[in-house]
This record gives sequence, structure tokens and C-alpha cells, in this order.
Amino acid sequence: MEPFKTFRGVGAPLLRENIDTDAIIPSREMQKVAKSGLSAGLFAGWRYKDPISRQINPEFVLNKTDYQNTQIILAGKNFGCGSSREHAVWALKEFGIKAVIAPSFGRIFLGNCIRNCILPISLPGDQLKELISATEIDPQKFLIQVDLLSQCIEVVGLVKFNFEFDQASKEILLEGLDPISLTERSSREIINFEELDRENRPWIYL
Amino acid sequence: MTRTLFEKLWEIHEVALFDNGESLIRIDRVFLHERTGSIALQGLEEKGRSVANPKHVFCTMDHIVDTKPGRSDSTQMPSGKDFITATRNSARRADIELFDLDSQFQGIVHVISPELGIALPGSTVVCPDSHTCTLGGIGALAWGIGSSEAEHAMATNTLRVKKPKTLRVNFEGALAPSVTAKDMILHLISCFGSDGGAGCACEFAGPAVRELSIEERMTLCNMAVEFSAFTGLVAVDEKTIEYSSNRKFSPKAHLIAAAIDHWRSLKSDENAVFDNEITICCNDIKPTVTWGTSPQHALSIDAFIPSPLHIENAETKESWSRALDYMDLMPETPITSIKIDCAFIGSCTNSRIGDLRKAAAFLRGKKVSPWVKAVCVPGSTQVKKEAEKEGLDEVFTAAGFEWRESGCSMCFYAGGETFGPNKRVISTTNRNFEGRQGPGTRTHLASPLTVVASACSGYICSAEN
Ligand code: SF4
Repeated sequence: MEPFKTFRGVGAPLLRENIDTDAIIPSREMQKVAKSGLSAGLFAGWRYKDPISRQINPEFVLNKTDYQNTQIILAGKNFGCGSSREHAVWALKEFGIKAVIAPSFGRIFLGNCIRNCILPISLPGDQLKELISATEIDPQKFLIQVDLLSQCIEVVGLVKFNFEFDQASKEILLEGLDPISLTERSSREIINFEELDRENRPWIYL
Repeated sequence: MTRTLFEKLWEIHEVALFDNGESLIRIDRVFLHERTGSIALQGLEEKGRSVANPKHVFCTMDHIVDTKPGRSDSTQMPSGKDFITATRNSARRADIELFDLDSQFQGIVHVISPELGIALPGSTVVCPDSHTCTLGGIGALAWGIGSSEAEHAMATNTLRVKKPKTLRVNFEGALAPSVTAKDMILHLISCFGSDGGAGCACEFAGPAVRELSIEERMTLCNMAVEFSAFTGLVAVDEKTIEYSSNRKFSPKAHLIAAAIDHWRSLKSDENAVFDNEITICCNDIKPTVTWGTSPQHALSIDAFIPSPLHIENAETKESWSRALDYMDLMPETPITSIKIDCAFIGSCTNSRIGDLRKAAAFLRGKKVSPWVKAVCVPGSTQVKKEAEKEGLDEVFTAAGFEWRESGCSMCFYAGGETFGPNKRVISTTNRNFEGRQGPGTRTHLASPLTVVASACSGYICSAEN
């Protein structure tokens, strides 16, 4: 996996609460057994007036010229709740999203972000609003800088906030680690554990 | 030191604790389905890895298979066939057991996993599906994961997880006759919000939970994810032991005594300390129905649709207005004045044999309202067979319900079958999100009893009336 690097990007507000993974990528848009080819279906229910003919909905934030090349989504609480589909994250990534900032996230979605190098940042609602007001005059000019190493987001000269972040996830993102390879380093412990476990719970082993 | 049930389960499975706060947790079983499973198997193959222990990995066809009689690999979902054949091929290559379309054991993943004894009390079970928490009902530590994590679990027999906090929900008192586990969980979520259990291992306890059947405990745990919990759990008791002892993959005769001994220890110690506790008085719970587009938008059947006018919090106000708009409802009108178009019994929440028995007992000799399309989808092929043996299928069809093959069916929309735009459905499922049952479809979540009662009257109502 590519390591996560500090970047500056356009942030787009999508301030609804409980945006679930089916809203991010509707199930009907997942037409192939594949992790790619999903970005056209991202937010399909909102992005298009009619998802079948793909007629654009000009009202939707990501369709507005101010928000071209959005890299950061600023969302309401519990973003990514609902279905466990990792396709939601694959679609965001393919679309060019590198970070999502929201007061809270669905648990499985959060884990999926880490495994695909998208940064999920939890920020209290009032700070989120300040961030939006700092950018909305001209989102293409007032870019949001996202720095994971120092756990800080900032619109240079306007606002700056620190955010909390899970240590283990930070390591994975900054070093671009593959969690499976990481776990393989513990293979001795896994084997020893299993030997003992087979004695304690033999019925588990089919 | 006293320990909670969750802490015991965690300790039994903890292989290592890392400095960064993560634990390496032994995973006993991985279950896959054709919607998200084939992509996980494919991902492993692409990385040149294999399934470490194929005997502990299972797969079913439930999500996009049709449920109309006479079904085949071709489904109403465009490209559904690709998912089905890709899953079949990857499962074969990985040498894992697949409950295919024609298997007598096929069914919704969370229904068949305990039914077949694949999930056992005290086992860890993961599946790339958010309702895996259902299995907490038999005292299994089970949670939903993404596809990449499924690859990790299959390749290493472990997952890296940070230990969640513990929460106990004490259901005190007793339930009235027409109130069920579904009403308990909807009531809980409506009181504490859809993020009320955020990230917690949530143990459901108290006298009302002890009284529930194992199937009802699974209904309770099924919706722990709608409460944003890491998972739901219920302590093991004699009912659990009886339920899990005689299943296809249950411990063999020479191991069952040891297993049962172990299972009996799977409960929280008397003075165990939880990070948080909530108490709910069950005497106050009435049949509960959702009015909006989040499971927290739930109310007692005798209540009125709320009005956003009196709400101060701007975000809640906005979300209520959106919900009312999507659901096409007028504030301050009684829930029981809502006319329905469709009724659905099914899903991993409420499609087990006990659910069907309760629904059929009410339906016997009654008819579904002439304007209501009603569908019943058993949760597994075994449930379907058992229901047919008992003649329940005839009760459903005589009343005007369609009787289907098992699967997820119209619990969710994948581009295939739907009740249609603007149709109002009373449903035993677990999610009432916008578009969950199809674009523009309006979902009211309720118990099987409330669904059959409403199907007969054509308006939302409880079984009492
Ligand atoms: S029945 Fe519904 S909630 Fe359950 S696994 Fe299937 S689609 Fe998911």
C-alpha cells in the first residue's frame, strides 16, 4: 500500500447525518466482482437526477464547479454506517477522495478506510463547521491541508485543528503497511496459541 | 478478579497484545456470501495467498439469489449471475464448504451459521457483513468486517482488533404478550439513538432477556449494529446449550461434554464491572414501529408522528424533515393511521421458525387486506422445510402471502426485485434507510406480529387490535 502523505485539497461539505454505505455506493452500482470501476456509481442516488441515464444533478455538491477535484469530504456524524461493503471506500478512492472528516464514522467503514489509505478524521461538529466556513468562500483557493504525522488539519492562515487518531492505524497509513504481512511476523505466536487452544477447545477444530 | 462475558471471550482468543493497543484475536470461523465473499477470495488469490484453514471457512448464496420458486443462477439483479458463478468458482478453488442454491442447508448467512452449529457458543465468527453480530444470541463473539479484513482472517486465522469498551443493557421487568425481541431492540435504539452503543461490546442481560428463546436473542443481537455497537452478546444458559448441542457441525459425541462444561462458564461474573450500563423497563415497551429513515426513528404503536417544529437541534430538525419528506408522512398524525401497500416477513432479523410460527398463529383463518402485497421469505431452506412440515406455508398462502425460497430477498435492493418507488412496506427487516428496499421505497420496521396484523388491516396496527 502507498504510504499516506501530507496533502492539500478541495473539501466538499456533505453535512447529512448517517450517510450509509448504500448512499455512498448503491448496491445496484456494484455490478462486477471487482474492486474497480466503481467511481461512476459513487453517490449515484444524489449525483444523478436519474441514475440509469446518468443525467447530472447540478444541485449536488460534487457536481458544482466550486467543488471540482474534491479530495476531502466533510460529512455529518456516523458517516459510512450500514452495510459492510468495502466498495464504498474503493469508490471514494477511485473518485480521488483521500480523507473524510466527520464527527463520527461507522465502525466497519473506518477499518476499511485504513486498509485503503483513506484518512477518516473525527472532528467535533463545531470545528467541522469552522472548517467549512473557512473554505466555502472559494473552495478551490482555500484548500484544506491534511497532515497525519502531526495529526493536524488546517486552512493556512485561517483555521487549524488537531485531531485524535488511533496509533496502530497511524502506523499502517504512514508506513503503507500491509496488515497481513504485519501479522505474519507473529506467525510463531499464532502457531503456539493454536497448539494450546487445540487442547483446551478441541471441538472448535474441524 | 471478576470479568464480563466479553472479557472472558476476548481472553480465550487473545493471541498477542501489541504496544500500539491492538490485540491479535484468534478467529474460529469465517463465513462468506456471494455479495462480498467472492471479492475477498479473489483478493487473496491476487496476492498469492491462500486460505490457512479451509475447514473453518464457509460460504452461502443468499444476497442476490432470487427467492421466487424455480430459481436458477440467473437472477433479477443485472449481473447477479456473475456474482453467483464467481463465488462458486472461488469457493471451489479455495476448497471451502459452499451452501449452494440447491443445498438443503442454503440460507441467509446469519440464520444458517448457528442453525448448522458453525457458530458455537464461545467461538469467534467474522463475516464481511454488518449483521454478523446476530450470533451474539448464542454467546458467540461475532462481528462484521470488510473484505480486506476477511482476507486477513482467512490468511492468518486471526484479526488485529482494538479491545472495545463494554456496555450492559439490563432489560428489567417482563414483556406484554404482543411485545417481542424486535420491539425491545427498536425501543432501545429509539431511546438512546442509533449511536447509543458506539463501538461497544454490548451485553443484553436481565430477566426479560433470560426469558427470550435463543432465536429471539438473535433478533436482539442482530440489530446491535443499528445501535452502532461492535457487537451484541447474551450469556450462555441451558437454552443455549440445548440449541447448540445437536447441529450438523456441533462438537462430536466424545467432545460434547467438555464443550458444554466450557459453555457453562460463558457468562459475566456476578460483580463484573462494565464501562457503562443502561437499564430498560420492559413493562413500558409496547409494539414499536419506525416512522422515519433511521432505526432510531421508532415509536410505540399508539404514538403520533413527531413534528420537527418543536426540535431545537438544527441537525435533528433537518434529518426529521428529510425523513418525513421521504416517508411522505404528516407530523402529529397517529402511527395507526398510516396505510400500507406491502408487508414483508424475512431477513436475518426475523425469519427463523419461531418468527414464522408466531406470524402464522395470528394469520390462521384471516386474510391479508385486498390492497396489500404480502411476502414471506423463510431465513433458510431448513426453516422453510420445517415450516412446510408444520403446514405454516398453507396458512401464509391461504391468508394471501407469497411463500418464497430462502434468501435475503427484498430486505435490501441490489438492482433486482423491489416493492417499487413510493410503496409503503411494513417489514420485519433491520434497516429503513432511504432506498434500502429499492429506490423510493418506504420502509417501516416492526416485529413479525405487527407485520401480519398490519397486513390484515391494511393500516399499521398491533396484533392486540
Ligand atoms: S437478510 Fe438483509 S440484513 Fe440480513 S444479511 Fe441479508 S441483506 Fe443483510
